Amino acid sequence: MERALTFQVVRRFPGGPAIDARAAWPTGGAGVTVLFGPSGSGKTTVLRALAGLDRPDGGFVGFEGEVWFDHRGRTFLPPQRRRVGLLFQDYALFPHLSVRANVAYGLHRLPARARAARVAELAERLGIGELLDRRPGQLSGGQRQRVALARALAPAPRLLLLDEPLSALDAPTREALRGELRGLLERSGVPAVVVTHDRTEALALGDRLVVLVDGTVRQIGPVHQVFSAPADVEVARVVGTENVFPARLARREAGLLVVRAGDVELVAVDPGGVEDEAYACVRAEEVVLEPLADHPSSARNRLCGTVMARREEGPLVRLTIDCGLPLVALVTRASAERLGLVPGAAVAVVIKAPSVRLVPRRA
Amino acid sequence: MDGAALLLSAQLAALTTLVLAVVGLPLAWWLVVSRLRWKFLVEAVVALPLVLPPTVLGFYLLTGLGPRTWPGRLFEAAAGHPFPFSFTGLLVASVLYSLPFAVQPFAGALAGVDRRLIEASHALGVSRLATFFRVTLPLAWPGVLAGAVLTFAHTLGEFGVVLMVGGNIPGRTRTLSVAIFDHVEALEYGAAHRTAALLLATSFAVLALVYALQRRSFYRWNER
Repeated sequence: MERALTFQVVRRFPGGPAIDARAAWPTGGAGVTVLFGPSGSGKTTVLRALAGLDRPDGGFVGFEGEVWFDHRGRTFLPPQRRRVGLLFQDYALFPHLSVRANVAYGLHRLPARARAARVAELAERLGIGELLDRRPGQLSGGQRQRVALARALAPAPRLLLLDEPLSALDAPTREALRGELRGLLERSGVPAVVVTHDRTEALALGDRLVVLVDGTVRQIGPVHQVFSAPADVEVARVVGTENVFPARLARREAGLLVVRAGDVELVAVDPGGVEDEAYACVRAEEVVLEPLADHPSSARNRLCGTVMARREEGPLVRLTIDCGLPLVALVTRASAERLGLVPGAAVAVVIKAPSVRLVPRRA
Repeated sequence: MDGAALLLSAQLAALTTLVLAVVGLPLAWWLVVSRLRWKFLVEAVVALPLVLPPTVLGFYLLTGLGPRTWPGRLFEAAAGHPFPFSFTGLLVASVLYSLPFAVQPFAGALAGVDRRLIEASHALGVSRLATFFRVTLPLAWPGVLAGAVLTFAHTLGEFGVVLMVGGNIPGRTRTLSVAIFDHVEALEYGAAHRTAALLLATSFAVLALVYALQRRSFYRWNER
């Protein structure tokens, strides 16, 4: 049987938006799939439908040859029989049970000795051996996450589902645990689905990205590919291509396209399918800023502009530059200081042609 | 002191509480989880004894379960004696009359248990029933206990229904509250004082216990 997760999840909310999300991906090589989208896009609805916690209004869910849900066939496998590991946003550890009893909770079918052995094995693997006799209330956020993961992994699930696994943590802990969680998921050997609205989390955790917008799946692909090549303008907005400009094809030039966006012309690589109108997308990280003084460069797009706004973002500075287009650029703080990038400063904006991604505009 | 009346009241209250724990918990759980459209009708029926004069309930029980009705004959066949003026009849009436005092706190306590804990249990392969006993009930325990104590106290102080359904047979249906009524009728104020003071003290102690239970949280919820 092919090893894959296939679903179409249909939910209708009275007076609200409808959800009709369909996707499929192989589960053979384990790996982490990120369900990514803004809040209200239907990520959690899909996750709950996969877990069997909610019964969708229509569609189906298939996993590795089994039917978990089929609206037309009136099949609905309850969560108890799906063998999925579930990790809630705030981990939902049983507050009246010790860590040991939490981890052993799903092992009720095993005899006592096998159960104890399995708990010991998971405690070892997740480094929670010291915590076994504590109550969840006595654990830090990171420890809770590991206990929850141990509890979910104990009954040997076939699929792990994680709902915003890092959002319950404070920022420094989150930074520290991102990499750790990725490692734990990788080593578990269980295919995982992670719901998140955080770009960094998606990049850090995922192998595959599924982008949900307004209840439908807009793009599936390797994380990097989706981030650097969003399929359409909404995906681009959601995954964070900061600059999306309506553009019109001006001319073709030696295999490249020249489009007119606002008051300027941009040279871009031909993605195919551009007839007339398109969106030009430029990731803020790929905008290079340099002093106005002229010097030769391989970049095809060089625009003169003025810094309009500046905002600190951790080690980076987000600048809005008027260069005939309101362009957003992300540069390091050191670069911003060196170039004196304060509002009103003049600066040259450099964008390589391959960094200008054209998305044909739909009719 | 009315020893027999005290014993009878305690027996009635204990048995009523027991029956309502067995019947009321599943009913409360159903009220919490059911998505039935007509659930509000059941909720209204459960709450009826809160507003109904006890005489109304007593009257309908007497006429509905009288020896000449078929439910009355069914009761007689099962219990071995007619419904009116019997202890078993008193118990049935008490259970109905105290229903909201048990079911409402039970439902409140069960509904207060974080739904995600229950879902987490289901996802870990544990059945709905086992989840109820392993997660829901242990976490709702203080509220369930409060409901049981309230039921006990309420039954102890019951008067109208007892008088209507049970009459006033010493040792069989003559409870403390009815005994006080008798004493006052007979102008035995001393005896009435002693019994009334006992009921007052018991009721206060029980209510204090209920509020203490509600104030104290047995399980501190995860601090975020």
